[in-house]
Amino acid sequence: MKWFTAWRRRPWAGYAVVLVALATIGVVYAGFSPRTAQATDSSASADDLAHGKQLFNQNCASCHGPNAEGTRDAKGNAIAPSLIGVGAAAVNFQVSTGRMPAMNPGAEMPRKTPVPVFNPDTIQVQYPPNATEEQKKALRQAAVDKNLNDIQAYVESLGNGPSVPSADQVAPANDKVGLGGTLFRTNCAQCHNFAGQGGALTYGKYAPPLLQSTPTQIYEAMITGPEAMPVFNDTTITPEQKRAIIAYIVQTRSEANPGGNGLGRIGPVAEGLAGWLVGIGLLVLAAMWITAKKPKKLKKQHD
Amino acid sequence: MTETNAGSPEPQDTPKRVIGTPAPAETHTLLAKGDDEPAAPAAAADELDEKSAKRAERVVALFFVLTFLASIAFIAAYVYVGRDGGMHGADRTQQANVLLGGAMTLSFMAMGIGVTIWVRRLMTAKQIVQERHGLASPEEDRRIFAEGALEGGADTGLAKRPLLRRTLLLAAAPLGLAPLVLLRDLGPLPEKKLRHTFWRDAVAAAKAQGKPGVRLLVDGSYRPLTISDFDSPGGMITVVPEGIEQTADPLNEVAKAATIVINVPPELFKPLKGRENWHVNGVVAYSKICTHVGCPAALYEQTTHHILCPCHQSTFDATNGAKVIFGPAARALPQLPIAVDAEGYLIATADYDVPVGPSFWERGATQQ
Repeated sequence: MKWFTAWRRRPWAGYAVVLVALATIGVVYAGFSPRTAQATDSSASADDLAHGKQLFNQNCASCHGPNAEGTRDAKGNAIAPSLIGVGAAAVNFQVSTGRMPAMNPGAEMPRKTPVPVFNPDTIQVQYPPNATEEQKKALRQAAVDKNLNDIQAYVESLGNGPSVPSADQVAPANDKVGLGGTLFRTNCAQCHNFAGQGGALTYGKYAPPLLQSTPTQIYEAMITGPEAMPVFNDTTITPEQKRAIIAYIVQTRSEANPGGNGLGRIGPVAEGLAGWLVGIGLLVLAAMWITAKKPKKLKKQHD
Repeated sequence: MTETNAGSPEPQDTPKRVIGTPAPAETHTLLAKGDDEPAAPAAAADELDEKSAKRAERVVALFFVLTFLASIAFIAAYVYVGRDGGMHGADRTQQANVLLGGAMTLSFMAMGIGVTIWVRRLMTAKQIVQERHGLASPEEDRRIFAEGALEGGADTGLAKRPLLRRTLLLAAAPLGLAPLVLLRDLGPLPEKKLRHTFWRDAVAAAKAQGKPGVRLLVDGSYRPLTISDFDSPGGMITVVPEGIEQTADPLNEVAKAATIVINVPPELFKPLKGRENWHVNGVVAYSKICTHVGCPAALYEQTTHHILCPCHQSTFDATNGAKVIFGPAARALPQLPIAVDAEGYLIATADYDVPVGPSFWERGATQQ
């Protein structure tokens, strides 16, 4: 440890320690947030159902079983739940947010970029010759919508469940933001935070942030209760009230952060903590500089 | 006094000093040595090099000019930027923060840095000895004071006029006790307010009208909840008693009466003894107020049927009378007895049987 003692005595060692500490605190603020896709629903023909079953077999059957009956491990614990009766809305939510197909099953399925067949940016489509970039994009979107509709129709055909809401059903009710805020703070904020930033649950589970969620996905989450989330059905919180909640979420997340960085929008505690850690750190640096030994050495008096 | 008991480990060497710590004590700097010249400290900059001093002077002047400019910029930003209402509106707070805060920071910081460089580069570290005196006053002053005090005391006649002495004491006593009254009045005692919630009044009012209980309203929309409305497995909602928004102080009433209704799978639900008819086929109601310090415990996980409190991670098992399975809470969440009335509405048939929320002084330990 001699080298360490020597290092520690260097004039700049104190500054280095404080700087490293400040940098470590800064690194704690790091987040990730993948992208999202959209979908609508329509009626399904036999061809569509066959296509949906094919997509299901390719993407879902390995965990959920060939007949969507779910699978269990040797001890009888569920690996993947049965999808009979979960309905189209659950499929649309899970697939369009990229949570399913899951790559690495864990306590919580993270939102991520959807697999190519459900991703309008990466899906492989045959373009007609001379297609413009706009047309190509529309074609990709149409192909993704068809894939989503078909797999939803297939799962829906196994057992009825909540269906995908239409665009009108999820349009933010901007005249009822106040009611939406009240309902959100009463029923959602305990897990998702009052500004929709998400929060921790038990054993690695967490309530995800609502920053990327589309109105359709928010509505679907409320009626289907994905993973640990409770169900808020349409008779408990009416569709109109759900649109108010969506309006609150959409409006809250679009608000500017007057201080610059939102710091997770958890209010004055975060701001105060950052102020203390960074501010005190800088003050310590300043105090060290002011009181440090004067760099000029006493001139030898013997000459 | 020897050098060892003066507490200096390396009295003569230049001490290795960790930056930012005070210099180690040295005997010859702490103790005056008669007429001896105090020795110059090791780090004194006694010989200023005129050339480098000139350079330092210019640097300091530069910082002072920077302070001047930043202060002018602050005033200019405040007065001129967006003077037609924009700058001072909430919509441009961010710009205001950056401009005003940035200018002021620059101004103070440049001033501080300039002064520090001035001290460090242009001033010498002279040793200054400040003499200390004993704290006691001179003997003569103390004698005069004591004489005066005793003489004055004798002149009042406190010793030979007991009536005055006793009435003075009598006059002072209640004055001394007055703060006790003020302290006692700092806040009212909770009386019985913490023992009951608005559910009790609401149930009593409903029963007076011949109804079996009071309806549960969804908090926020105040819609009465029917059992068929709440039929989704894994559902959860916050409810309050009917009529709570008409009370004199609805917020305080909700703070005690807030209740979560959970749709627990009936096959997993284990009603506690004596509470067999407090639930409706797995639909069960618990207080939303955590028994630890009263946070809203409503993070219900429909997969594990756990109710989690966000403040200190107390975890309650919704299938088993909301018993504590983790965390600092000492008691289960109180359970509200609920039933269904003739029209299918969920009703509460009584208040909570124990006080909701955290412990309080008068609560007593006997009631679980």
